[in-house]
Amino acid sequence: MEKFDVIVVGAGLAGLAAAYTLASEGMEVLVLERGDYPGAKNVTGGRLYVNPVRELFPDLWKKAPLERFIAREGVTMMAHERSLSIGYDGNELLEEPQQSFSVLRAKFDRWLAKQAERKGAMIVDKNRVDDLVREEGRVVGVWAGGDELRADVVIACDGVLSLLAEKAGLRQPGNPKDFAVGFKEVIELDSAVINERFALEGNEGLARMYMGEVTRGKFGGGFLYTNKDSISLGIVVGIKDLMEGPNPVQAPVLLDEFKQRREIAPLIKGGATVEYAAHAIPEGGLKAMGKLYGDGILLAGDAAGFSMNIGVTVRGMEYALASGYYAAQAVIKAKAAEDFTARSLAIYESILNNSFVMEDFKSFQAAPEALENPRFFEHYPELLGNIMRDIYAVPAGPKNRLYPTIKQYMKIGELWSMFGDMRKAMKI
Amino acid sequence: MSEIIGLKAKLGLDVFKHDKEPHIKIKPGMAKDPRLKRAVLVCPAGLYSENAQGEVEFTIDGCLECGTCRLACGTEVLEWNYPGGGTGVQFRFG
Repeated sequence: MEKFDVIVVGAGLAGLAAAYTLASEGMEVLVLERGDYPGAKNVTGGRLYVNPVRELFPDLWKKAPLERFIAREGVTMMAHERSLSIGYDGNELLEEPQQSFSVLRAKFDRWLAKQAERKGAMIVDKNRVDDLVREEGRVVGVWAGGDELRADVVIACDGVLSLLAEKAGLRQPGNPKDFAVGFKEVIELDSAVINERFALEGNEGLARMYMGEVTRGKFGGGFLYTNKDSISLGIVVGIKDLMEGPNPVQAPVLLDEFKQRREIAPLIKGGATVEYAAHAIPEGGLKAMGKLYGDGILLAGDAAGFSMNIGVTVRGMEYALASGYYAAQAVIKAKAAEDFTARSLAIYESILNNSFVMEDFKSFQAAPEALENPRFFEHYPELLGNIMRDIYAVPAGPKNRLYPTIKQYMKIGELWSMFGDMRKAMKI
Repeated sequence: MSEIIGLKAKLGLDVFKHDKEPHIKIKPGMAKDPRLKRAVLVCPAGLYSENAQGEVEFTIDGCLECGTCRLACGTEVLEWNYPGGGTGVQFRFG
């Protein structure tokens, strides 16, 4: 029977980061991936923030197949018939090393898998892991395609649903309120056209979020990222709101409507959609997290719940990369002690606790509840839109003074509600 | 609910490899379960629909394996697994 030091389940960012790190230390690592190739099942919005993980993989970034660095940021509040946009162009966004990049996972993950292979990891694709192998309650390997494969430790990086974490008893099937679903089109456009449309130069890119009508007031928003020669355009929406909230709508309709908005249609005009993808996203934060380790098993990436929406940024990929790295560090320590029990692997949690990963999840633990407020997704976009309409309007007769124009929207009741919302938002 | 215009064509852009049997199944006797109706709204591929008898019907063709139906409906209603190795959707961009 084959025996490895470590079996990693899933060639996503967490799994590949773990494999890369472990193989660099000379450990025998097998990565099992159910897709045709690493990245075949993986989806991002998406952008990767490199700063938090730059030092963990110092040799990777120079040649990484990233799309464009994000040089322009933007957010748009979408009302029914109007919208208000804020763009942000800071000179620091242009300076090297740049902080974030648009990315396409099929390309990036396949490349990262090659780097892990170069370090000595063995990556086997087209293989689904069906179950864990257990002995006296301890995880000692996996069943894949009828084969029993053994290892000292299994690192489950099998994504947001993590069926393996359920089988290991580390968590229960997820609660809809702790998850969102993202769905997007990749729309091909000539890179020169993209640069012209978005006022970009060279490899500069743009990221823009859309809030409000785009999700019919449900928790979530739209996104647009420019890639080298395509645009990623999509929607993220909370599953609970989508399945039972007011204004019921079938998810794909939201994206169709989004594409037809006059804020979007001219930006994608002439582009050809080349792929439609979707994925569930863990957004429950710290409170929704289950156990991160057990006897002979660790969880990393989405499987561990490491993804976070704080409204202005939605992040997951750097937590995946970092948790894979830290899982590898924990395994290296456990190997030195030749002890792979939960007690020994608990070091994973303490390493994470001292890293930006858990620091962030602790800092932002109030974000999911604070953002649950439907007023952010319906009332404020409409309110702001209406104020802007009145400010810009020049009627046939005399124009009202600006202050009273704005003040008519700020009645006591509104101000009181705003105060309450502000206090909740201040917890983020 | 009626079919969403253009969705089939959009799914047709993706690469799918056929699995021997569907990896998601409605559990016997659950077609009218209210929890299953959530899938009609949440599925980004629009694979669930409600018929005139109030039963939810489902086709696996075009499944993006996002996991949303499992989260929304739960495992009492759906038998849910990933498709076999080397089958199902293969994203070329992701």
